[in-house]
Amino acid sequence: MLEIRNLHVEVGGKEILKGLTLSIPAGEVHAIMGPNGSGKSTLSYTLAGRDGYVVTSGDILYQGESIIGLLPEQRAAKGVFLALQYPIEIPGVTTMTFLRTALNAQRKARGEQLMDAAQFLRLVRAKGKTLNVNDEMLRRPLNAGFSGGEKKRAEILQMALFEPKFAVLDETDSGLDIDALKLVAEGVNALRGPDRAMLVITHYQRLLDYIVPDHVHVLAGGRIIKSGGRELALELEKSGYDDIIKAAA
Amino acid sequence: MAAVQETIDTVGTLQTDKYKYGFVTDIESDRAPKGLNEDTVRYISAAKGEPQWLLDWRLEAFRRWKEMHEPNWAKLRYPTIDFQDAYYYSAPRRKPKLNSLDEVDPDLLATYAKLGIPLGEQKLLANVAVDAVFDSVSVVTTFKEKLGEAGVIFCSFSEAVREHPELVRKYLGTVVPASDNFYATLNSAVFSDGSFVYIPPGVRCPMELSTYFRINAAETGQFERTLIIADRDSYVSYLEGCTAPQRDENQLHAAVVELVALDNAEIKYSTVQNWYPGDETGKGGIYNFVTKRGDCRGAHSKISWTQVETGSAITWKYPSCILRGDNSVGEFYSIAIANNYQQADTGTKMIHLGRNTRSRIVSKGISAGYAQNTYRGLVSVHPKAEGARNFTQCDSLLIGGHCGAHTVPYIESRNPTAKLEHEATTSKISEDQLFYATSRGIPAEEAIALIVNGFCRDVLQQLPMEFAVEAQKLVGISLEGSVG
Repeated sequence: MLEIRNLHVEVGGKEILKGLTLSIPAGEVHAIMGPNGSGKSTLSYTLAGRDGYVVTSGDILYQGESIIGLLPEQRAAKGVFLALQYPIEIPGVTTMTFLRTALNAQRKARGEQLMDAAQFLRLVRAKGKTLNVNDEMLRRPLNAGFSGGEKKRAEILQMALFEPKFAVLDETDSGLDIDALKLVAEGVNALRGPDRAMLVITHYQRLLDYIVPDHVHVLAGGRIIKSGGRELALELEKSGYDDIIKAAA
Repeated sequence: MAAVQETIDTVGTLQTDKYKYGFVTDIESDRAPKGLNEDTVRYISAAKGEPQWLLDWRLEAFRRWKEMHEPNWAKLRYPTIDFQDAYYYSAPRRKPKLNSLDEVDPDLLATYAKLGIPLGEQKLLANVAVDAVFDSVSVVTTFKEKLGEAGVIFCSFSEAVREHPELVRKYLGTVVPASDNFYATLNSAVFSDGSFVYIPPGVRCPMELSTYFRINAAETGQFERTLIIADRDSYVSYLEGCTAPQRDENQLHAAVVELVALDNAEIKYSTVQNWYPGDETGKGGIYNFVTKRGDCRGAHSKISWTQVETGSAITWKYPSCILRGDNSVGEFYSIAIANNYQQADTGTKMIHLGRNTRSRIVSKGISAGYAQNTYRGLVSVHPKAEGARNFTQCDSLLIGGHCGAHTVPYIESRNPTAKLEHEATTSKISEDQLFYATSRGIPAEEAIALIVNGFCRDVLQQLPMEFAVEAQKLVGISLEGSVG
């Protein structure tokens, strides 16, 4: 599904990712863990195509095709989704309007039929149910004045609506209490499937108790320095990043 | 001044030589000679067959105007206007009739399509002969009949002078006096035509009155004059302008609108202004200097202005309310969008004279490109305005790093019981917001339109339904090219 080959990325003239290689087949959930400043957020923004994240060499192949020349909206239409660590407030635009505009923009780009307001309302209500997103929340401007938990639930709701093929969850656990974390994890788990790949980026292993990954990678200094199974996350939790980084050096 | 020169050249290509030797009242000719003097005023009045009292009124205005100076307090920069280097009257001309939409400028059609204007209306706007499906003549006829049954008078200003001189004479200049300000006084001297509305006592006007229905009858020209009177216990909703882009060979526009609301009457006046704003480099574009004022003359009367200003190179416009009647209400809802090199200096005046008068101001200014957008407002509470209340909210939104937003609120209270609130915010569409929206599949320009529409929501909601939908699209179109 996704293949990252020897990726080098500069932000503001400074190289952050220095030869990152990673492959995520369809049906799998991979986790990337790493200390602060290791390049986790740079990786997620680069995958989504944010302006200012310059690929200097290497490639990102999605479904066998390079996406590094595509705009964020083009990647979204192809089924790439990024759930942000800090979702952005959009004042004055109701959650409902934003979601419908986004979904229809994607459908339009794919040449599919647009959804009218009534169809969309049924869909969003159905998807919102498990995430505890009600009409009242849908009528509020997106993320404006939302609590930390509400913001993350709104992110996962978008993921459920767009049904991406490849989703990146950037620090989805940050700012969540345990109940909210469970709710969000449930939403994510419901979307796991043989046709979908996910990349979960996290600082702590706690999230991985709820979203159990198939593989765990350690990112440090802009490169994957170690890969393993689920037990790698537990090992990191116990001994910290320092030992692994030293061992890899 | 290149732009004016361009306009003059355009006009110059038409035959002008025949006026070389001056004239007195040559009604046969369709244009007054260049320049402005008493003869020009007499010419206009004679061409329209006006009564002596109206000519005298115009001449008095002209004498005043000669003593006046162009105001320079607005935050607007433009080359000095040579008022002698312009034409002040040309007879109403019919636009050339076209046979089908194929003959219409494709750019114009593309814009109509974006605005979602139905085909029939597109034809009407572009002045294409209409077929049986959408017969403009019959629409207008049905429309007139319906209004006639209700006793509503809705006609051109010139027609009103002929058919209802007593009403015109009674109310003309009573809200915006002929000597009010430089541009209004100029208008009083040389106004070309405009609309007249009278709603009799106790009548609720059965439909929204729209200038749209008159749009193709004839061009009203650059000095439009509108007078609306809502007699006691009546109601009218009036729509001015059109979301479709409008071009005009005259660069300078100075309109006057006067509204009078008697006891318990209500006037809702909505404007969508989309004059040619000039090109991306700031060349060309209309200069729009407008005086709009409503007089809540009667007790419990209400006047509400809603405006969506997206066009013109220069906008100088302050629709105001004089809250004379006790318990009267004034409202001003405004969206002003300035892109590229547009400049807008707009706002309102709420003058509280009567007891328990209330006013509400909601202004949304959006600046993009190199544009400058100023809100300028006055809330004034006079000593007798016991219990007056005002709420003002001014929000500015910036797109990009080269534009400006300015808020200049004046507040004067001479009554200790007055309650005045003022809120103001300035925000910017951030790079974060744009990335967020695009990463969800919404292209950047659509994302800006979405965010700006969200920002303007409070005002868009005030517009009549069919207008609101088009206005919403217009907001997006006006900001095209403001990213990347």
